[in-house]
Amino acid sequence: MEVIPFLRALSEAAGVSGYENSIRELVIEKFSQFADEVRTDKLGNLIALKRGEGQGPHPRVMLAGHMDEIGLMITAFKEGFLHFTTVGGIDPRVLLGQEVVVHGRRNLPGIISSRPPHVLPEEEREKPRPTEKLFIDLGLPQEELTQWVQVGDLVTIQRRFTELKNGWAAGKAFDDRAAVTAIALCLAELARMRHEWDVYAVATVQEEVGLRGAITSTYDIMPQVGIAIDVGFGAGPGQPEGKTIEMDKGPAIAFGPNIHPKVHEGLVEAAQVLEIPHQIEPIPGRSGTDAWAMQITREGIPTGLLSIPLRYMHTSVETLVIKDIERTGRLLAGFIGRLDEAFIKALNEQLQTEEAA
Amino acid sequence: MILQELSEAFGVSGHESAVREIVLEAIQEDVDSYQVDALGNLIAFKRAHSQFAIRNPLKVMVSAHMDEVGIMVTHADKNGRLHFDVVGGLGARVLLAQPVVLGDDGLSGVIGLKPIHLQEKEERKKLPKVSDLTIDIGVAEKEEAEKAVSKGTYGAFATPFTELGGELRTVKGKAFDDRAGCAVLIELLKADYPFDLWAAFTVQEELGLRGARVAGFRVDPDVAFVLEGTVCDDLPKERDESPTTELGKGPAITIRDRSVVCDPRLIKHLVEVAKAEDIPYQFKQPGIGGTDAGAIHLVKEGVPSVVVSVPSRYIHSPVSLLSLVDFENTVRLMQAALSRLPESWT
Repeated sequence: MEVIPFLRALSEAAGVSGYENSIRELVIEKFSQFADEVRTDKLGNLIALKRGEGQGPHPRVMLAGHMDEIGLMITAFKEGFLHFTTVGGIDPRVLLGQEVVVHGRRNLPGIISSRPPHVLPEEEREKPRPTEKLFIDLGLPQEELTQWVQVGDLVTIQRRFTELKNGWAAGKAFDDRAAVTAIALCLAELARMRHEWDVYAVATVQEEVGLRGAITSTYDIMPQVGIAIDVGFGAGPGQPEGKTIEMDKGPAIAFGPNIHPKVHEGLVEAAQVLEIPHQIEPIPGRSGTDAWAMQITREGIPTGLLSIPLRYMHTSVETLVIKDIERTGRLLAGFIGRLDEAFIKALNEQLQTEEAA
Repeated sequence: MILQELSEAFGVSGHESAVREIVLEAIQEDVDSYQVDALGNLIAFKRAHSQFAIRNPLKVMVSAHMDEVGIMVTHADKNGRLHFDVVGGLGARVLLAQPVVLGDDGLSGVIGLKPIHLQEKEERKKLPKVSDLTIDIGVAEKEEAEKAVSKGTYGAFATPFTELGGELRTVKGKAFDDRAGCAVLIELLKADYPFDLWAAFTVQEELGLRGARVAGFRVDPDVAFVLEGTVCDDLPKERDESPTTELGKGPAITIRDRSVVCDPRLIKHLVEVAKAEDIPYQFKQPGIGGTDAGAIHLVKEGVPSVVVSVPSRYIHSPVSLLSLVDFENTVRLMQAALSRLPESWT
């Protein structure tokens, strides 16, 4: 499977939290090539099942990568311009002068207004302008605007996928469509190898507004093991060292209270055996990913988390290394291929130990 | 559309050759001769047409600048990041999370920013300075970065031109300041005039009207018209202040900006022609910006000069917006004003 065309298509398509339809179409098309069954649940999560070898029932491993992205939403009309608010965590400073698409009755290209330096008051040169004081300009008079746009319409940044040097790439919504791509790679890999467990590959919805798709899909699938795949803060100048992971060093395997130690071990072992570059990411609490919701579903799910290193998260120029996505896909497949009866036993042993204690 | 081609061309001040090629290609059939001077100005000559029974003896110069604001790479650091400075009036506030293209080969890079999740509260209250920003080209080492992008490489925005539509037929693209003026001038050259016309496509306006000064000296005109894509600041505002110019209200005539007091006789002529031809027009709010007229009107013993602009929102940012209706009205007004140019001012 070729990574760049799929990632490019996912990145350039629009799918703000709650409105993931067009992304889901792309994911269905890709996942269907490798899965036995593909369905969409009530919230819009896309769930692909690739069955394990031999007669069932098999234990289930769930992979979750979210397909929604942060975005903007129209809140009001003002003299031919549009007011908006943010959906998900967006730094208002990265919005000035950006091109957008307003998803109204048709897709309308527009611009987030900025005043030229010629007329900019002194105080605004140094100070960021808050989101509620910014406008979107569609170049249309108010009467025409109201024909096409209504309050509540969603807005995404218009950004082309760009290849940088050394197999790096920049674009929007790599958070978390890089993970959706890694999951597709994993499925492609699994199609060529043996695995005992049933694999549920899930492209979740509404992660950016509170991990909501992961809550319902995990409940539905009831996996024995759940792995969330997300992006992690890529290291670089000016970034706090203790909170970042290295670029181009493979996926970060998370460790901490959100992570089941055996799942962590299993992922590390798979990476070591397959000689896949990887790194360890200590997360002392809330991981802020689908893993956080998965872990406390039903009676509790042994959960793991892989992070793909990504710079400039939640901007329209998120930057990553394509190889890190490939490594993540291979690691997932390698981990799944090694899942067996003994792994279940290992998980259960720990359960009993904890009960006895 | 020539405006699209011009807008998408890479032509930061001091590096206007790509724009010049496009202009040259577009005007070649319509001019009698042309020259490119030592600074890179393209100066085209169009002789008075013989169809006119009465020849106007005036030497008329019409100019528009080819350059745009942009950036220049100053050095690569040990992490392979490119540091840069701005060329012309460009603030850090519109550079954040923007892709840029570097050099004539158009190498891609991005200007990133620390993720919102990792920012301290204090950081969010401030805008970074240009010196705090770097360009990421996907390189992690100084040597490799220096090999890919040498010091002094120019950078520009990578903004595609798009039609937005609506009754004002708006379009968006980069560098409408002053590719809009260049496009108007190209259109004007398609008509014939009863006087000798010098069309100057100038360089380095954004650095202090530098091309226009020498172009004006060479042409030594009797009268000069400067074409611009100028500030249009008609957003809703908290304070009651002038929008400078307004979109859709027609060509903007400058009375005075920071660089020039426009010749009142030329202003009067433009207004009379606009009224006679029923072409909408507006006055640009006095005192804002500077234009090539600032240099041209002081050439030699002085040149009566005036500025006519296409209102353009968001100039000096990655993407600007104008109305093709305004654009066409600017062409109409200028063409009519030139055709009816009086022979003398007394």
